[in-house]
Amino acid sequence: MDTKTEVLVIGGGSTGCGIARDLAMRGVAVTLVERGTLTDGTTGRMHGLLHSGGRYAVSDRESAAECISENRILREIASHCVEPTGGLFVSKPGDSEEYFERKLAGCSACDIPTELLSAEQARAIEPYLAHDIERAIRVPDAAIDPFRLCVANAAAAREHGARIETHAEVTDLLLDGDRVVGVEITHSNDNGMTGSTERIKATHVVNATGAWAGQIGAMAGVDIAVRPSKGAMTVMNCRQVDTVINRCRPKGDADIIVPHETACILGTTDVEVDDPDAFPETQWEVETMIETLSELVPILDEARTLRSFWGVRPLYEPPETKTSDPTDITRQFFLLDHADRDGLAGMTSIVGGKLTTYRLMAERISDHVCDRIGVDGVCRTADVALPGSENPMHLQEAMESFELRSPIARRSVQRLGSRSSSVLSTSDPNPVICSCEAVTRAELEDAITEVGTDLNAVRIRTRASMGNCQGCFCAHRMAALLHPDHTVETVRTSLEALYEERWRGQRHALWGEQLSQAMLTRYLHATTMNRAQSQTESSPTVAFERFDGGDERGD
Amino acid sequence: MGVMSVAIESDVCVIGGGLAGMTSALAAAETGASVRLLSHKKSTLRQASGLIDVLGYTPAGEIVAEPFEAMGSLPNHHLYQRVGSQAIHDGLALFDRVVGESYAGGHTSANALVPTYVGRIKPTARYPAMTAAGLASDRSPVLFVGFERLSAFDAPYVSASLSSDGMPAPTRGVTISAPGSHRPDTRLHRLVHALDANESVSTSTGEQPIRIALARRIESHLESAQRVGLPALLGLENAPNVRRDLEQFLGVDVFEVPMGPPSIPGQRLEHQFLDALDRAGVHRATGNPVVAFDADGDRIRRVFTDRNGSSVPYEATQFVLATGGLVGKGLDSDRTALTESVFDCHVPHPEDRTEWYGDNPHTDQPFARFGVSVDADLKPHDDSGSPEYDNLRAAGAILGGTDVTMELSASGNSLTSGVRAGRLAGERSN
Repeated sequence: MDTKTEVLVIGGGSTGCGIARDLAMRGVAVTLVERGTLTDGTTGRMHGLLHSGGRYAVSDRESAAECISENRILREIASHCVEPTGGLFVSKPGDSEEYFERKLAGCSACDIPTELLSAEQARAIEPYLAHDIERAIRVPDAAIDPFRLCVANAAAAREHGARIETHAEVTDLLLDGDRVVGVEITHSNDNGMTGSTERIKATHVVNATGAWAGQIGAMAGVDIAVRPSKGAMTVMNCRQVDTVINRCRPKGDADIIVPHETACILGTTDVEVDDPDAFPETQWEVETMIETLSELVPILDEARTLRSFWGVRPLYEPPETKTSDPTDITRQFFLLDHADRDGLAGMTSIVGGKLTTYRLMAERISDHVCDRIGVDGVCRTADVALPGSENPMHLQEAMESFELRSPIARRSVQRLGSRSSSVLSTSDPNPVICSCEAVTRAELEDAITEVGTDLNAVRIRTRASMGNCQGCFCAHRMAALLHPDHTVETVRTSLEALYEERWRGQRHALWGEQLSQAMLTRYLHATTMNRAQSQTESSPTVAFERFDGGDERGD
Repeated sequence: MGVMSVAIESDVCVIGGGLAGMTSALAAAETGASVRLLSHKKSTLRQASGLIDVLGYTPAGEIVAEPFEAMGSLPNHHLYQRVGSQAIHDGLALFDRVVGESYAGGHTSANALVPTYVGRIKPTARYPAMTAAGLASDRSPVLFVGFERLSAFDAPYVSASLSSDGMPAPTRGVTISAPGSHRPDTRLHRLVHALDANESVSTSTGEQPIRIALARRIESHLESAQRVGLPALLGLENAPNVRRDLEQFLGVDVFEVPMGPPSIPGQRLEHQFLDALDRAGVHRATGNPVVAFDADGDRIRRVFTDRNGSSVPYEATQFVLATGGLVGKGLDSDRTALTESVFDCHVPHPEDRTEWYGDNPHTDQPFARFGVSVDADLKPHDDSGSPEYDNLRAAGAILGGTDVTMELSASGNSLTSGVRAGRLAGERSN
């Protein structure tokens, strides 16, 4: 199959989706292709911090200034994705006082509002901070849901006519001499196109694949020396803190705690890897985070851990820089115009950067691409609210109109923002399917309508199966919602994919309460449901006549 | 902490109130010993389906029709191989005495095939009479009935899934609204109690007993069905009457499909065991954990429970450890180690935590085999292979070495080890 578009964006992370939205709002015909589901790469595997810029205020003031500016914009245009938690930079005995002062000065120079707090004042805000902390700086850090943000960008792009194609892996770049003229993709989705290839001709191709950018570049023989660096994150089962807690010291592993929905996320480590799809997830990273961050918040040492996950930073530096330690590589983003750089027209790559500045990156790329394809469009992404954030719905209104009890309504409205009304307005009974995260059937069915049978895509839109039980009590209920629109076989395959994804992260948290939970899950799914053995049974035909035919019943 | 000076004495002290603990206590009492049963939390039976699995799959993953014929496929270290098939029969015989007519399956040595609540077919050795009409090998047509607000049991999907697994009977599934529920998110377990009491509910045709109201809602969907399967919430104490009333109204057999926690069949079974313990004269102390013990060389003298900060001693000649595994909290773990929570018995496990788990959630998981290792007398061993204590035996999920969740042998392991540990403890206590 052959199709056409003006700009083809490769990569369904925050940058790619941001570019698709930006260009589509300028009236450009855009197609975005993503090999998995949206956020599958780096976007869905970060700690969910919306930077105030405080983190970079000493080492990289340009990044810091970009962060605070974008932070302010995202609070407006993506209010339903942002929880304004605030953040603290906390110093402990032995942490450099000079660094603390430079942090304060740096924030001030970058227009990042700060408040200097005594240890008592900081503990009044966060009672679980260690007793020996010395002082803290309050900054406007926030928590952001990267899934919701990314999906909202894709939805906005689609509203403006963009085509968003997930489960579509780029298998080749189409070249015409020294010009990229499109891509070949292979579909792996569930709409009957699985296995088929499609050639999409495009005036310009944007490579927004981050840590995978080198693999796309190689298809056209250009070298993009991304230096992927893995970082571990550990999810705790509740919010030990309600404010982002940073350790106030120069770069280091395990120095941030981000409250996120019902959980806290501990981060992170920084180790360069060869292959962003295959790298070791090592136990020392989890241990380091729990041990080091317990110095700031001691109860973390005893707290229940749900899972750990790893993300890969798309770090990049110009090849001549040759920084040896990945933690020293700049967090700036780079626009690589391959016509200028490599003599290959028709393609631009974007590497480096971070989620907080995704919109700004998208704006710069879109400006550049519009220039290349001769479109006069003005960026409007900073002024127009994302779908879901246009008109924050009043909580009370939601509770009354959807007959939901308060905690469930609150959670639903937080997730759905101004879409609450259209999603939750159903005359059918609307039971809670995922109790840990209070996700109702209507919300799940809405997500299924949008993304089909990929339950991991449903998960990131709704948070279903992301709580304490990690899918033990809800994964099968989510899967059953696919029936009768889809076959028993599809229900089972989709359930397995979700169950395996949940298992992958849980493995790194198997001690204490979560090990008990894992065993309970095993009893329930293997024994009570008998899912494990019937799943792997080589011969599906059971010789029914060899089994108990029942006793004669006397009634 | 204050200590009561006079210890409470018995011949046998069983720690743990799950299926294995209660079985041990009954087996010990049958030998004439005086028995004390200490339990901390609500029994894990509430989390189990109420089905009694003995052996559902061989280690190679083949479904087992005749569990006693398949014992030979088990490895030598398996509990069943260690204690022999007579002990398994003994465990089942004790179970059959406790449950009487309320369970079926004892008429044959073969496994029965029972539908699960996600629409798979599961081999089991004993099943509640409430479930008896639901056997998957039966060819008579079935109507599965689910409730709108009970998302755990999706009747149309259960029906389609069972058909796809080759269940020979024609099946259909419908979802109805349960009579008598008011708030949109009321917990379905209100329904259990309403059916027990046969509460009056208002319907479009006036006030009616809820069992009749439910039967009426099912009736219009019956068509040619000769059996009706419902999620297992047809009453707690009066379940047989609920089923009888539904069957009489509908003129067909009615059965329950066992559900996940909180399991109503598991609670019914727990009640029957508690009654049996009372009849056998077993003294029970519930609600307080065992927190300490005294040992005299290789013998345990007494254990202490913590009752609101005061320490209560229980002295006995023989002890049975039936505190459960990772779920029942007989095993404790932290980031560095795994321990047995009462006597700190040796629990073999890899030092490196990355070796506690495998990559596929449905296949081999080392943690599923965690537990104490025992000899043929069920005495837990230390790391050199000698008994930890001369008067301590272990039963149930605390035993390690086998992944009972994949074999579908958890209940069989509990009954077998329970009856053997209890009987030996009773005999040695005299």
